[in-house]
Amino acid sequence: MAQQVPIAENLFTWPSDNPALIGGRSSDGRVVFPYRAHRLVGGVREELERVELPRRGTLWTFTTQRFRPPAPPYAGDDEQSFEPFAVGYVELPGVLRVEARLTEPDPAKLRIGQEMELRIVPFGTDADGNQTMIYAFAPADGGKGADHGSE
Amino acid sequence: MAPSDVDVAIIGVGLHPFGRYPGKSALEMGEDAVIEALSDAGVDWPAIQVLYAGSMEVKNPEAITGLLGMTGIPARAVFTGCATGGTTLAMAANAIRLGEADVALAVGLDKHGRGAFSDHPSVSGLPDWYGEAGLFLTTHFFGMKINRYMHDFGITPITLARAAAKAFRNGAANPNAWRRKPLTEEQILESQYLNYPLTQYMYCGPDEGAAAAVVCRADLANRYTDKPIYLRASQMFSRREGALEVLTPSLQLDTAPSPTVFASKAAYAQAGIGPDDVDVAQLQDTDAGSEVIHMAENGFCGDGEQEKLLAEGATEIGGRIPVNTDGGLLANGEPVGASGLRQVYELANQLRGRCGDRQVANARVGYAQLYGAPGTAAVTILTT
Repeated sequence: MAQQVPIAENLFTWPSDNPALIGGRSSDGRVVFPYRAHRLVGGVREELERVELPRRGTLWTFTTQRFRPPAPPYAGDDEQSFEPFAVGYVELPGVLRVEARLTEPDPAKLRIGQEMELRIVPFGTDADGNQTMIYAFAPADGGKGADHGSE
Repeated sequence: MAPSDVDVAIIGVGLHPFGRYPGKSALEMGEDAVIEALSDAGVDWPAIQVLYAGSMEVKNPEAITGLLGMTGIPARAVFTGCATGGTTLAMAANAIRLGEADVALAVGLDKHGRGAFSDHPSVSGLPDWYGEAGLFLTTHFFGMKINRYMHDFGITPITLARAAAKAFRNGAANPNAWRRKPLTEEQILESQYLNYPLTQYMYCGPDEGAAAAVVCRADLANRYTDKPIYLRASQMFSRREGALEVLTPSLQLDTAPSPTVFASKAAYAQAGIGPDDVDVAQLQDTDAGSEVIHMAENGFCGDGEQEKLLAEGATEIGGRIPVNTDGGLLANGEPVGASGLRQVYELANQLRGRCGDRQVANARVGYAQLYGAPGTAAVTILTT
């Protein structure tokens, strides 16, 4: 039976009842995303600590993608099943802003400043027939209450 | 005579108009642009002592010597994304400053297919999943940056439409432009969103073309031309941590300005002038939102003032600060390696009073800005 597998390792905790994005924290408190093993801190190469990022934040900005991105590299649905999607930066309070696909594709239902929460959602199919899973952010109120104007 | 504090002059410019040319190679378009620039400068190809060539699609654009003449000169390729044109000109100028040459040539040439640029994320140091997920698209950055800018500074969609309508009007007056049909603000606003809030007609398209400039020691310029254009500043900066840049999976919360802001300030300081001294500006308008943001990032107005300035026509030919008088990227498209030298071609012609119907009266100071992946900006200032 086909399994659900993450689109990449070290991107989010999976499987998990309460998945989170994975970042890398250095001794100065700075967090990078996506996680990487080390970086230069004050001129010294430092191992980064794997940390789980906050699951909720606010929408900092967003845009939409109307046509299917060129494939490869795009590995999502095919020309027939493609649905326009939205992307944005979600500000995770006190940590950083992460770029993500948004579950709500309609720009009229998105608003800068609205509360968003992390979801791990089905994305595509890998070479072994497994369903790939990707991180995305969804309006925390399910989209309701975000209709009062983004223009 | 050249001013005493200036060491490099532009003595000739050439352009292969941007558009689509089935069956013609990027190098052949570059050859046409160089021949026009040489003729404009009144120098023969063997007089060129150093060549810098820029292209995205052609790995060895310096192979253009095979078409122009293999004279043995140092011929180098440079590529800095959409800022390539600024870099080729700066490198040719530096060759003169270093004493490597008295006369040097910068050329940019490209030939892109239709549609959005596509590549493997690894070419930009990004992980595979970023491309698989549909995030490896430069256009997302343009939509997201202007969306946030409009939210922060009260810019509305009509201002974006005004910037685009101006580009197509100027393109209609430019015999070399690719898009020569004026569009109304309504047509622009009603075309489909490509990346909200940017519509189809607010975007430039990748295309084909070439541009070239001949530079020489400023103290020799009057041997070649009675209208030399002096290179007063060329600056290039890369991105800083925290800045919202193209193709960036995460941003630190302590934000930083765009590299354009640093390049602009450094260029004004180098030239010893300020934004109020500029008579005509060429700003990177990959999309209408970019032009609006770049007006502020280059010091021509404060954030948010664009709403009023565009309504008043301040950036039109005849306005206080004419922007993208040849139609910019929106009307000319973007052959990436050539685009920056198209700006220089237009500015040199404006400063020499050769622009006919779209001439800016008494233009003496020209300003050109480029911005592109992975967060690179170049600014060039030219004067009579």
